[in-house]
Amino acid sequence: MSDNKPKDDITGVETTGHSWDGITELNNPLPRWWVLTFYGCILWAVAYWIAMPAWPTISGHTKGLLGLSDRAQVDQAVGALTASRAPMFAKLHATPLDQVAKDKALFQFAQESGKVAFAQNCSTCHGAGGQGAKGFPSLVDDVWLWDGSLQGIRSTLETGIRTDHPEARFSQMPSFGRDKLLEPQQIADVTQYVLTLSKQPADTRAAARGAQVYAANCVACHGPEGKGDPTQGAPNLTDKEWLYGGTAADIAMQINLGRGGVMPTMSQRLDPATLDALAVYVHSLGGGT
Amino acid sequence: MLFKNHGIIERNSMILLIGILLMVSVGGIVQIAPLFRIEQTIEKVDGVRPYTPLELAGRGVYIREGCYTCHSQMIRPLRDEIERYGHYSLAAESMYDHPFQWGSKRTGPDLARVGGRYSDAWHVQHLINPRSVVPESIMPPYAFLEGRPVGVQNTIGKHLMAQVRVGVPYTQADIDNAKDDLIAQADPNADSEGLQARYGGKVTVRDFDGDPTKVTEMDALVAYLQVLGTMVDFKTYEPTKAENLR
Repeated sequence: MSDNKPKDDITGVETTGHSWDGITELNNPLPRWWVLTFYGCILWAVAYWIAMPAWPTISGHTKGLLGLSDRAQVDQAVGALTASRAPMFAKLHATPLDQVAKDKALFQFAQESGKVAFAQNCSTCHGAGGQGAKGFPSLVDDVWLWDGSLQGIRSTLETGIRTDHPEARFSQMPSFGRDKLLEPQQIADVTQYVLTLSKQPADTRAAARGAQVYAANCVACHGPEGKGDPTQGAPNLTDKEWLYGGTAADIAMQINLGRGGVMPTMSQRLDPATLDALAVYVHSLGGGT
Repeated sequence: MLFKNHGIIERNSMILLIGILLMVSVGGIVQIAPLFRIEQTIEKVDGVRPYTPLELAGRGVYIREGCYTCHSQMIRPLRDEIERYGHYSLAAESMYDHPFQWGSKRTGPDLARVGGRYSDAWHVQHLINPRSVVPESIMPPYAFLEGRPVGVQNTIGKHLMAQVRVGVPYTQADIDNAKDDLIAQADPNADSEGLQARYGGKVTVRDFDGDPTKVTEMDALVAYLQVLGTMVDFKTYEPTKAENLR
C-alpha cells in the first residue's frame, strides 16, 4: 500500500500527495515519545476514573477504589491538630485562671496560644499589640471600662459587650444631643465641666453651669467625682484615657451621640480553652487588677 | 489503523461532521450534566434562608463596588484555612447566591464567615477609612456609602422577583413587603414582626451604620457582611456523615 504513495525525492519521506504550485507536503509520523506520552495520558485517565471519585451516577457518583474524600481528609488533619493540642488545653481549662501563672510551662502555653488567637480574632479592632484605636479600647494600660481582672476579661470574651448574648455586658449612654435630651447650650457647658474633671483648661463660668447639668444627668453612671463605674462600663472621666478622644469637640460629640462599642461574643467562634488562653494573654498586656 | 487512514475522514465531510459532533458533545456533557444534579451537591443543612431585602441590597453594593475582586467567600477544606477562617464553606451556604461570590483572588481576607466577627461600628469605620483600624491595609476607602440612601429601596421587590426567576424561594408576601422589610431591618424601633415572621427570628434588626435617620448603603452593606457565614447551624451539621463527604 505504501508503495502507491508518492515519496519526496530528497528526503525519501512519504508525502501527502497534495501539490500546490509544485510544492508538496511531507507526511512525517509524530515523534514516538509524543505518541507514547499521548497514549500514556489516556491510560492514566482511565486508571484515575477507577481509583478516584469520577463519574456521576443516578444517585450520586462513583467513589473510586481509593475512596478519597477531601472533607474526610481535612477532618482527619484538623482532628490530629486538635488532638496534639488537647492535653495542654485541657490542663489550661481545668486550672483556675489565677493559678495559671504559677505553672511556668502552662503559662507559656497560654501566652503563646493566646497571642495567636489574639492576632487572628482581636487585633483587627484592638490593634496588633493591643494598643486600640479611636472607639476601640486599648488593652495595654490598666484602665478598664469593664472589669479588667482575669475573670472579668474571661467573662467579656465569653459573652461580648452589647451583643444579643443573654448575659452580655450591657449599658447605653443616652444620645443627649441627637435625642434632644439636652439643649445645645447645656451640652457645651457640661463639656467644659468634663474638661475640668481631667484637669484640662476650660471656660470656668461655663464649667460652673455644666456642673449642674452633670449632677442631673451624668452622676448616676460616671459618679459624683467622674471616676466612672466599671460595673456598668462607664469610663473614668478624670484620667487621660479617652475612648472617643479627649478634646472639647470629641467630648461634645460623645455627649451628643452617646456611642457605645460592641464587642462580639467570642464564645460563638472560639472554644472555651482558647478563651482561657486569650484571657491570660490579654491580662498580661495590662490587666485591671 | 485509523491514523494511517485519516484521509477517509478528511475526504468525507459527513463522517468528519459526525466525528466533530461526538467530540463536542463529550465536552458539553461534562460541563452540563452536573448542573442537572445540583440537588445532590447541596448538603442538607438547617438555617440557610434567602437574604432579607436589606441584605440583598447590601449584596448589590458588594457586587457593584467589586468587592469580589479582592475578597473571596469560599473557605476551602484545608487545615490551615479552617484554623484561620472557621469551618469550610458548604455548597448549601451559597445556594441562594445568584451569582455566587466564591471569588478566585484574595488580595484581602476571605469573607465567607466575617459575619459576627467584628462590630457594626468597626465595619463602618473600616469602610470609611480602612487604615484607621488596620494600618497595613491597602483597601480603598468607601466613605461615600455613608449617608447615601439605598437607591434600590423602591425597586427592591423587583430584585426579589428576579431572584425568584433563578430559583430563590421568595414568596409573594416577601415580594409585596420587600420595601417595608428593608426599612424595618435598619430601624430598631420599627415594627419588625413581619420581617422576622418571613425570614426567621435570627434576623438581626438594628441600626447598622450609627445613623438612625435614614437607611443608607452603609446600612445595607454592613447588614450583608454581618450575615455572611452565620446561617448554618453547625451544631446540627455532621460533616463526616457519608452524604456530606465530597
